[in-house]
Amino acid sequence: MNIIEVHQLSKTFDLHILHDKQITALQHIDMTIREGEIIGLTGRSGSGKSSLMKCLYRTYLATTGEIRYASASGVIDLVKADDHAIIALRRQEMRYCSQFLSVIPRVPAVDVVAEPLLRTEKNKEEARARARTLLEMLGLPSGLWDAYPVTFSGGEQQRVNVARAIIAKPRLLLIDEPTASLDVRTKDVVIGLIRDLKQHGTSVLCISHDEYTLSTLADRRLHLQAGRITPTVTEII
Amino acid sequence: MIENTKFQHRYNFAFIDESTKKEIRRKLLKAVAIPGYQCPYSSPEMPIARGWGTGGLHVTLAIIGREDIFKIIDQGSDASVNACNLRDFVQAMTGCRTTFDTTEATLIQTRHRITEEALTAEQVFVFQVPQPEPLRSVERYEYRTRQMHGEADYAKMWVSLYESFVRHGDILLGAGYPVRINGRYIMAPSPIPRWDIPNLHQAETLYLFGAGREKRLYAVPPHTTVEPLEFEDVRFHIEDFNGQVCNQTGYRKAFLDEIYSDDGSKQFVVNDSNFLDKLRAGEPIAPFVNAYIQQIES
Amino acid sequence: MNNGNHHNGAATAGGVGPAGIAGAGDNQWLLRVRNLTKIYGEPGPRTLELTGPEFSSNICPDTDSIVACAEVSFDLYPGEVLGIVGESGSGKSTVVKLLYFDLGKTAGSALLYPYDQGQTNMLEASGQQKRRIRNHLMGMVYQNPRDGLNFHFSSGGNIAEKLIMAGQLHVGGIRERASQLLEKTEIPVRRLDDTPATFSGGMQQRVQIAKAIANNPPLLFLDEVTTGLDVSVQARVLDLIRELQQELGIAMIVVSHDLSVIRMLTDRTLVMKNGRIVESGLTDQILQDPQHAYTQLLVSSLL
Repeated sequence: MNIIEVHQLSKTFDLHILHDKQITALQHIDMTIREGEIIGLTGRSGSGKSSLMKCLYRTYLATTGEIRYASASGVIDLVKADDHAIIALRRQEMRYCSQFLSVIPRVPAVDVVAEPLLRTEKNKEEARARARTLLEMLGLPSGLWDAYPVTFSGGEQQRVNVARAIIAKPRLLLIDEPTASLDVRTKDVVIGLIRDLKQHGTSVLCISHDEYTLSTLADRRLHLQAGRITPTVTEII
Repeated sequence: MIENTKFQHRYNFAFIDESTKKEIRRKLLKAVAIPGYQCPYSSPEMPIARGWGTGGLHVTLAIIGREDIFKIIDQGSDASVNACNLRDFVQAMTGCRTTFDTTEATLIQTRHRITEEALTAEQVFVFQVPQPEPLRSVERYEYRTRQMHGEADYAKMWVSLYESFVRHGDILLGAGYPVRINGRYIMAPSPIPRWDIPNLHQAETLYLFGAGREKRLYAVPPHTTVEPLEFEDVRFHIEDFNGQVCNQTGYRKAFLDEIYSDDGSKQFVVNDSNFLDKLRAGEPIAPFVNAYIQQIES
Repeated sequence: MNNGNHHNGAATAGGVGPAGIAGAGDNQWLLRVRNLTKIYGEPGPRTLELTGPEFSSNICPDTDSIVACAEVSFDLYPGEVLGIVGESGSGKSTVVKLLYFDLGKTAGSALLYPYDQGQTNMLEASGQQKRRIRNHLMGMVYQNPRDGLNFHFSSGGNIAEKLIMAGQLHVGGIRERASQLLEKTEIPVRRLDDTPATFSGGMQQRVQIAKAIANNPPLLFLDEVTTGLDVSVQARVLDLIRELQQELGIAMIVVSHDLSVIRMLTDRTLVMKNGRIVESGLTDQILQDPQHAYTQLLVSSLL
């Protein structure tokens, strides 16, 4: 079953404050993601990978086209859906993990990671315990668990970010460069964790430049070039 | 001898002209109909300054009849300057008999006290009120206090009682303790001591309040529920004289005055002058009875 | 797309939303505002036509009346945090002041679900009912603590006011709850009996918050709460708000001209200019893919 069906998706930015300049980011994208499938999204910088991901997450409003998402309670077009419906989806079944961690200052790492659970979980301590387990697996020194991630290095922030993205076991995970700036051992842990999610039924769209990550993780690859999906889609499996 | 009749009839009976009296009586009827509600009225000019008892005088003169026996007290005393002058004035304007005896009087005007002797259904009791607005201490704008009364929004009043308790360990309101009338309006009982507050509750007598300067009349009709504001765990209580007794009569179930001697020592004496006279003369007395006074050991 | 994503949230909120998504059913809203309008002075028949962002003015050229806000419509869901952003005079504070009954509306309706099941326009309720709604169902934190607190009363007394209005007349109980609230808002409980006048600006804001949430309202208004505080104090107040939101699940309307406050706290944002909503959407979408020229200007000035 397809969890995502994208039809003729285009995204153009109208820059009103730059003399109405138009920038086209995506053109006529057609793609699908099956349930439990991991798709690797590749392409050069500026080819539209992040734009596509952000359109799926509704951080960008698609200009035309539709994104049919099979949510737990019915099919919904992510382009036209009500803001409240998107908020509900984001809380319950959809996660976006950007390259950079953006968090509120003065919140300890454990709470940053546990946050997606804290909202719904009754037992706050259980949520924090799961967060600690994840951080331990990802090799974040335990001394940092209760520190503020704002002060962390790039690699440390990345671990917090990944842990936060997967803790609630989303149905759809959009993840941008999960393994960049990580050492080989941690890279394998991240790949293992994402595979675990796949077992759990999660569909994953993963942007990566790392051939190792792509080849071990992706069931299928999509290549973007100048805002279009190139016709050659390599089937890995 | 030629009698100067013009002088004798220079004023209408009870000084105020009849139509103004009617106006005051109408407002009194309204005040009785809505217990505790401050009813605006005309507050006509009097030959004394506003703020010196004109409100009480307006009420007295509007309701006094030729058969009435008038008594007036000031802080419990029949003999204070204010009481004497107003008594003379009422007597001169009406020709009514006046008295010191609480039980004999049919109409009693007061400033700052209710008599120690219980009042009856045959009597009317009139208070002089300096500040009729109980909420004035917490809200200075009239339009807002009116709205607060209208909506029974009394939280600020309660907070001020809470604050008083927090700061001083007690609700320090010596005189004019706010009361809730008939479960609705919060009312200023005029600056009577807390001792007198329970005597407003379910009384036999009609209590009328006049505030001349502020141009407000209000009333507590007989058998009206009057509750002092109190928290569940911080209750209202009357003045505590620490077991002191009146130094002249040995009586202790009355509101006592503190009297300082030249040597700096302090003695207590019954505040209500007529009551004190009766005690000293050994005449029969019929004091108010309420739960608070009953708690005092005699 | 020249007019941007005009009234996106409001337009789709009228029941067009997808059925079956939990939390987004047709009657799940907490607050439904429609056509909320406040005009100072005498409006003419063309006042609304001749004002707004297209004219860069909220003063009617015919009658000189001032359109503080007009035709504001949105839905707020339980537990949702909605931001209202815009420059000074855009009408963002007017919206919350109308909803908190600090100002009287010129036109429009606001339905609050817990009040009469959302059947009655609360803006037309009696004074007594409004006070009840305000006391039980809403809390407000003002930019200036003097608007929200009585500086003659202690901080405990300020909180007591709300509790007393809800019928709590037990001094011990009041003090216990007030202490709890101070603890929650990180104010030393020993300051319970001090007046807020002796507090720092950040503490005053936290007392306001403690007072606002005293009766566990489902809805909280925050009007420029961190403006004028220095950065570290600001961060603590924002932390507190975020924590309370997470813990108590209160729906909030956060008014701010500061986009970083909006980014940190809100799920959804309305952008206002000259008294009108020019754009509404998910906060990350507003910040990363603004549609209206004014929003683009606002966002680019930030980054």
